[in-house]
Amino acid sequence: MKRHLISAGDLTRDDALLVLDTAEELARVSERSIKKLPTLRGRTVVNLFYEDSTRTRISFEAAAKRLSADVINFSAKGSSVSKGESLKDTALTLEAMGADAVVIRHAASGAPHRLATWVRGSVVNAGDGTHEHPTQALLDAFSMRRRMGRIEGLKVAIVGDVLHSRVARSNVLLLHALGAEVTLVAPPTLLPVAVDSWPCQVSYDLDAVLPKSDVVMMLRVQLERMNDAYFPSAREYSRRYGLDRERFGRLHDDAIVMHPGPMNRGMEISAEVADSPRSTIVEQVANGVTVRMAVLYLLLSGSEPAIGGDL
Amino acid sequence: MSTILIKSARVLGGEPADILVRDGVIAEVGPAAGKAGAAETIDATGLIALPGLVDLHTHLREPGREDAETVETGTQAAARGGYTAVHAMANTSPVADTAGVVEQVWRLGQEYGHCDVQPVGAVTSGLEGRQLAELGAMADSAARVRVFSDDGKCVSDAVLMRRALEYVKAFDGVVAQHAQEPRLTEGAQVNEGEVSGRLGLTGWPAVAEEAIIARDCLLAAHVGSRLHVCHVSTAGSVEIIRWAKSKGWDVTAEVTPHHLLLTDACVERSPAGPYNPIYKVNPPLRTNEDVLALREALADGTIDCVATDHAPHPVEDKETEWAAAAMGMIGLETALSVVQEAMVDTGLLDWAGVADRMSYRPARIGRLSGHGSPLEAGAAANITLYDPSVRTEVNPAAMVSKSRNTPYEGMTLPGRVVATLLRGRPTVLEGKLV
Repeated sequence: MKRHLISAGDLTRDDALLVLDTAEELARVSERSIKKLPTLRGRTVVNLFYEDSTRTRISFEAAAKRLSADVINFSAKGSSVSKGESLKDTALTLEAMGADAVVIRHAASGAPHRLATWVRGSVVNAGDGTHEHPTQALLDAFSMRRRMGRIEGLKVAIVGDVLHSRVARSNVLLLHALGAEVTLVAPPTLLPVAVDSWPCQVSYDLDAVLPKSDVVMMLRVQLERMNDAYFPSAREYSRRYGLDRERFGRLHDDAIVMHPGPMNRGMEISAEVADSPRSTIVEQVANGVTVRMAVLYLLLSGSEPAIGGDL
Repeated sequence: MSTILIKSARVLGGEPADILVRDGVIAEVGPAAGKAGAAETIDATGLIALPGLVDLHTHLREPGREDAETVETGTQAAARGGYTAVHAMANTSPVADTAGVVEQVWRLGQEYGHCDVQPVGAVTSGLEGRQLAELGAMADSAARVRVFSDDGKCVSDAVLMRRALEYVKAFDGVVAQHAQEPRLTEGAQVNEGEVSGRLGLTGWPAVAEEAIIARDCLLAAHVGSRLHVCHVSTAGSVEIIRWAKSKGWDVTAEVTPHHLLLTDACVERSPAGPYNPIYKVNPPLRTNEDVLALREALADGTIDCVATDHAPHPVEDKETEWAAAAMGMIGLETALSVVQEAMVDTGLLDWAGVADRMSYRPARIGRLSGHGSPLEAGAAANITLYDPSVRTEVNPAAMVSKSRNTPYEGMTLPGRVVATLLRGRPTVLEGKLV
């Protein structure tokens, strides 16, 4: 039985389309003045956040509340977690409280998989270490489809720190399932060594990839990577891999620019590009709530979850 | 005068013969041995007789982590696995870097008597990689330490490694290196390759092992000393060691049972789901190509021996998210079965080869007297009787190690140690501790 959403790789093409289509229907609710549906009344969703991520947490919180679920926010700071309670003990506590779904954000890759072995409820991965962030990929696909009208056959460039990016991993898997052609663009130091085994193309040259791209997704690059010699300086990174006005001009007229946020304006993306009408960055945030509503709805509302995977 | 007659054992897998043991020594081997009267008889029909196994790499955890293992429970596990001698690694708390600590561990082994415990001394004080420990004092102690290792940590400083290799020549010692370039492995979690990329876990690249092995082989050759390489895990390491041996340099190497059987695919797919820290070990599980190269190297002698790297951890140190979990797996009680599965049943090694790689050679590398001798009249009666014909599911609850972190849970493995004799005294009979 499918009951978790831990990896975008758990979703078949049909699963992913079901999420996107459900999100379209739910989007209409978001446009009403009263945004609430009674669907998950009486169900409890726990947001278990071991990393600070206000935007993701409130996105899940808003999604659950719009479906009338009870929401418990469990933040690692100021809770028993900071006193050294293990993930397992926290899981057993949530289990005892009757959580129907646990939305987990954790710094360790694979933490949601472990959690799923200790709780009976659904586990939704809200970002685990440098592994995956499947709802981000779903909201990105949703945003793409809304803007471009399709996903199949789209040429998508994902640019930046692929090595440490959970967004990139989930997007590659999901976009591949949905028939898009993905090209990862990064300095070689920020690509996994075996990236050639991934279902996508790889390039070190952003300028060569841009003219052929329908969608350019810029990833956040953390400045501290510089200290580990992944690149020489922020300026050099920006010169070679940043999306500035000049590079933006090389995109064809219908191409869009995405960013999962939070952005380093002036580093991987210039302010003018981020704020341009062809940027979907603000829509992505709004779409995040809608897509997460769809995920929670599909995992929790029926007697059998409609999407997702077992371990 | 005590005598034991082992009847109809297939010595090293050969034709059935009787082994007469008198006063801890093998008195006679052959069909006629049975004619002499004996106080006690062990029916070994269908069983293979091997020289008592010797482990060059065991973590007994005492002193310091008696919650994970003690000398008593660890040597019980060793006896159950067919071992008559184990080398106890130095990374205890306090570290085995003084004559006092190694003598304590050695004496505990003597006291419990399940198998001989030969302490390994630390190369550097506190395993800190800054200053040589008092290697001579440990060598001269009652424990007669000959193997020195900072295992768990690499002696990464080239000058310190050179000095250690030189210094131990004075007492025919050997430095057993945990080959891991520290900068290349900061925060490393799994083998760097396809699996690490997909799982988003920091990679432990093969080159971090191979670069240190290459350097150490060159250093050992330069100063004319003896180097032993712990837990070789990559195909590239095998090539370097093969090259060093072809030069005639005094380099030996070990491989663990788990690196002969398991791959990093276990981290991605296992019965208990991905990211199960039961598979977290250092060096990490590698690829299938590496496994095949390691098997071939053990078969052709490039890798001298199998060493368990038995690394017990309590449940709470493994029931965590991957990055927080302790590294290591237990292996004493399953080693011979895994070697049968990976080496014997695949036709790569016969039982004489198993005796060589699991008893003769490790004893010789450790300069251990009284162990690792062929089963012949006059040798100490360290004997392991093994039934290769059964297949059983590995059940952690049935193990005698204090810890349960076996990666083989639920797997069906061949063979069973039926009896172990330490200097003629059974430590295991009918598969159970005596």
